Amino acid sequence: MAAPTTLRHQVIHIYKELLFLGREYPQGFDYYRKRLHKAFASQQHLTDEDQIRKGIARAEFVKKGSPRSQFHTSPKLMSSEIEALYYLKRYRTLRQRYDKT
Amino acid sequence: MSGLRILVPVKRVIDYAVKPRVNRAQTAVETTGVKHSMNPFDELSIEEAVRLRERKTQPVEEILAFTAGPIKSQDMLRTAMAIGADRGIHVFVDDKSPELEPLGVAKLLKKVVEENKNNLVILGKQSIDDDAGQTGQMLAGLLNWPQATQASKVEIKNGSVEVTKEVDGGVETVRAKLPMVITTDLRLNEPRFATLPNIMRAKKKPLEKKTLKDYGLDVEPRLKTLKVTEPPPRKGGVKVEDVDGMIGKLKELGAL
Repeated sequence: MAAPTTLRHQVIHIYKELLFLGREYPQGFDYYRKRLHKAFASQQHLTDEDQIRKGIARAEFVKKGSPRSQFHTSPKLMSSEIEALYYLKRYRTLRQRYDKT
Repeated sequence: MSGLRILVPVKRVIDYAVKPRVNRAQTAVETTGVKHSMNPFDELSIEEAVRLRERKTQPVEEILAFTAGPIKSQDMLRTAMAIGADRGIHVFVDDKSPELEPLGVAKLLKKVVEENKNNLVILGKQSIDDDAGQTGQMLAGLLNWPQATQASKVEIKNGSVEVTKEVDGGVETVRAKLPMVITTDLRLNEPRFATLPNIMRAKKKPLEKKTLKDYGLDVEPRLKTLKVTEPPPRKGGVKVEDVDGMIGKLKELGAL
């Protein structure tokens, strides 16, 4: 995948990547998509290029950090990564099935 | 001491979050149109192989992912390579032909180990579809290698492997020299997420395609599935008014 050049494409790109990550969100994809969409829509008034770049950087961070920090912009929640979220869900299910006797 | 050549066999199974349905003829579980993913225990073994490389206590020469199954099993190899395996081997087994049994898989793996000169095999302790939990043990037997099952911690130094396993009421530590077979338990590690860019990159890694004939094996099924049924539905509970009511009910059920 070539890195997109224009800012507009960069925003779309990161939005799609976040969508990909959210496909298995525990509360369901719809829950995730609505919130993701809201988070992006709330920034659509930005016209200053630097501001947009900052927004993209924040989205990048969320990809690696927590989706919730995007939605609530609270730094306290950043430690719970979306990937960790998936891991925990699976771990708990498997533990329920195989570990508890 | 030469580097580790790790073999990690993976299996494509129905996703853990999907509720399996038995087909109408009661011969098997419905698989068409059902979401599949890599057996979670196999994901643990891939992750462990990658971590052994990252730990650098013993150089890892190669991590080889292996799978046998229909064409779609290749996706599992791609996932394995996105996590960190170097290359993959896919042995094609047709959807329509009978599924391989643990013994058949173990025989196949023995050939693969001999062909690729692996000195460490890390397997998931069981697959979440048929839950046989036999392949690792059978492979160790066929190869006449030491084995450590249900590993919750693996350490390798100078060709000697120390494996910690969780047993009833504590942990057990076993040590053996390479080569060795290890099967993974749930608490061994936390598998990393195969991200989209990594999956894309994994598409460029080499993937060898083979068939059962290439190995010249007899994998005739020896077991016959008589019947597959769903577990009985959970019976609803009853509400009781007070303590006396509960005691009465328990007595009625013969629990007191």
